[in-house]
Amino acid sequence: MATLMSGARMLLECLAREGVDCMFGYPGGVTLPFYDALYEHHIRHILVRHEENAAFAAEGYARSTGKVGVCCATSGPGATNLTTGLVNAMMDSIPIVAITGQVTSKLIGSDAFQEADTFGITRSCTKHNYLVKRLEDLVQTIHEAFYIASTGRPGPVLVDVPKDVFQGQGHYQPVTTIHLPGYKVFTEGHTGQIRRAAQLIEKSSRPLVYAGGGIVSANASAELREFVELTDSPAVVTLMGLGSLSSEHPNFISMPGMHGSYAANMALTECDLIVALGVRFDDRVTGRLAAFAPHAKVIHVDIDPAEIGKNRAPDVPIVGDVKRVLGRLNTLLAERGRKPTEDVAAERQAWWRQVRAWKREHPFDVPTSETEIKPQQLMREIDRLSGGQAIVTSDVGQHQMWAAQLIRFAEPRLWINSGGLGSMGFGLPSAIGAQTARPDKLVFSLVGDGGFQMAIPELSTMVSQGLPIKIVIMNNGHLGMVRQWQTLFFNHRLSAVELDSFPDVEKLAAAYGFKGRTIDKPWELAPALEEAVREPGPYLLNVKVTPFESVYPMVPAGAGISEMVLGPPQPVEVPAQ
Amino acid sequence: MLQVISLLLENKPGALMRVTGLLSQRGYNIESLTVARTLDPALSRMTISVEVDSSQRQQVIKQMNKLINVLQATDLTDAPAVVRELVLLRVKTPQESRTAVLKEAEIFGGRVVDSSTDGFAIEATGDAEKLGEFIDVMGSYGEIEVTRSGALAIALEAKKLRLQPPVPTGNGAGVEEKVI
Repeated sequence: MATLMSGARMLLECLAREGVDCMFGYPGGVTLPFYDALYEHHIRHILVRHEENAAFAAEGYARSTGKVGVCCATSGPGATNLTTGLVNAMMDSIPIVAITGQVTSKLIGSDAFQEADTFGITRSCTKHNYLVKRLEDLVQTIHEAFYIASTGRPGPVLVDVPKDVFQGQGHYQPVTTIHLPGYKVFTEGHTGQIRRAAQLIEKSSRPLVYAGGGIVSANASAELREFVELTDSPAVVTLMGLGSLSSEHPNFISMPGMHGSYAANMALTECDLIVALGVRFDDRVTGRLAAFAPHAKVIHVDIDPAEIGKNRAPDVPIVGDVKRVLGRLNTLLAERGRKPTEDVAAERQAWWRQVRAWKREHPFDVPTSETEIKPQQLMREIDRLSGGQAIVTSDVGQHQMWAAQLIRFAEPRLWINSGGLGSMGFGLPSAIGAQTARPDKLVFSLVGDGGFQMAIPELSTMVSQGLPIKIVIMNNGHLGMVRQWQTLFFNHRLSAVELDSFPDVEKLAAAYGFKGRTIDKPWELAPALEEAVREPGPYLLNVKVTPFESVYPMVPAGAGISEMVLGPPQPVEVPAQ
Repeated sequence: MLQVISLLLENKPGALMRVTGLLSQRGYNIESLTVARTLDPALSRMTISVEVDSSQRQQVIKQMNKLINVLQATDLTDAPAVVRELVLLRVKTPQESRTAVLKEAEIFGGRVVDSSTDGFAIEATGDAEKLGEFIDVMGSYGEIEVTRSGALAIALEAKKLRLQPPVPTGNGAGVEEKVI
């Protein structure tokens, strides 16, 4: 039965119907009617301290649960502040719905106070966006937004709502179906192509699985593990996919790419078949495309048809939900039950010997020091305390790469970072989202001294929400990754990378009412981290590490991924781009 | 190379912006773009000529198809299709060459739509190359001003339009299964 209510109230009804239990936002002039309706509604609203962090927190929430994250901002500056978070969600395929307020319909286009063309600005930042001009379109639009955000290749959807639409009164009629005739979602995969994939897999002497964020999005970890075991293929897992196959799995060969492992990059270079699952052949993985996996045939499974053949032409393209496709492929392989021929079996054994040798020869380097804390030691200690079980959110830069190399993840949705966009400032707000969604989990927010300072305002959000996040700052006094590039490719001319005047974290944390500590001696590391974990509330641990450490291996920009620089200090030429 | 794309899209606010935005975002140069309603006023038909590397042609179509408002994106570059353009041209003609101008216009299938003591306004349709010649010839008679519509295309073979059925609401449940 239709009930008379305001647009703002209808919006909340829609959110509730979509299963939203909490949202991240920041109110303002035109969203006043919405916040007024929220006053008496059960949906939990978490007040962030900057709108960008509302989007990042919604992404942390979405990534740690698989549900759609929701954020909200007012018109003008509120909406423009969201954009970095929207692009981040776009690049990493994270399902979020952003609600923004807009000036009253009649004022649109008049350069009204706090007016911005949110619809135009966010066109390229979103999977789809809406400007709701009539109250009667609101309910339909909100459900469409959730549907688009969460299906197919997930992504951000923005709904811009003018103040008068929030305020308008109408009869609320729940919408039970939506119709988007042009929105194509392909899930099943082509039967013929799946059969061809099975044939290629059976014949391959040097197969390799290349799995990524799509496995996480599709909740396809079980299918991935089954596939890897059924085919006994080594599996490289990308930055976005870490955890989709347990780091402890015997077939797990770590991350490939620019700072990937020697074994992963060599395996990609030498394999004769790549089974690419929920990946997009990103430039940070492939290096110079012409030199990428030169001997390999490629089976590419992705839900986004535009990713297939975008960077590497596959031999077997399969458009579909990787969970369904892998499920069908596993069934087919099991049914066929073909044992590899004797030759192939022997070659596969040799392939495994080779892969194991690469792993043994060049594991990730973990240097130690008697006097200083090495950043890699910090990652090892976090890894020890986590045991593959904690949520680790990271910022962007050197600490992100070391963490991806050295911290193990037993399951998906534990490793949360900004991959495609590389947005600094992501680490703390995404931890707020993740800890809100999973209060039972130990959450480390691992940040650099640069990214942390972009997110300091959110300490207040964390404290006010009582979130026991363990913030660990890998503090090398620099924008470490930029400095690494200046050192390697710009003749050691360190320009604008030194971060001096870092605050005293003990006082900083105390100012917000929680515990903080700075350490710089190797013997302090384990006890300090243990203390942080034992602390019932949040903790801010500032770990001063060796300032001039670089991340290795490193594939210089423009080089092939087999041309890794394995460690300092060989001079590296600037490659021609 | 010049790629000719025919788009069928929902006539919704911002739909044009999504198409042009996508092209510029991906680094493709629009050579021409025409758009108007179809028989069904809820839909628009757009013809786009776009300068792309031939290896990128499929990628452009795939990206277009990803737009929620796009019902169908078709590459007509090599497909059986008719591509036409309209030119409106004003030529300043001295008294002595008026007859010659009219004869030339007739050769190109042009039609005089306005006549004055100064000269003529002429419309002509055809493929881009022929219209280019027409403009050159007219230019030889006197000062000209030209407006071109850009390419309009229609496929000669009907392509099956696959529309997605309605789905129930609620957290992305009930995703339609479609096989391509």
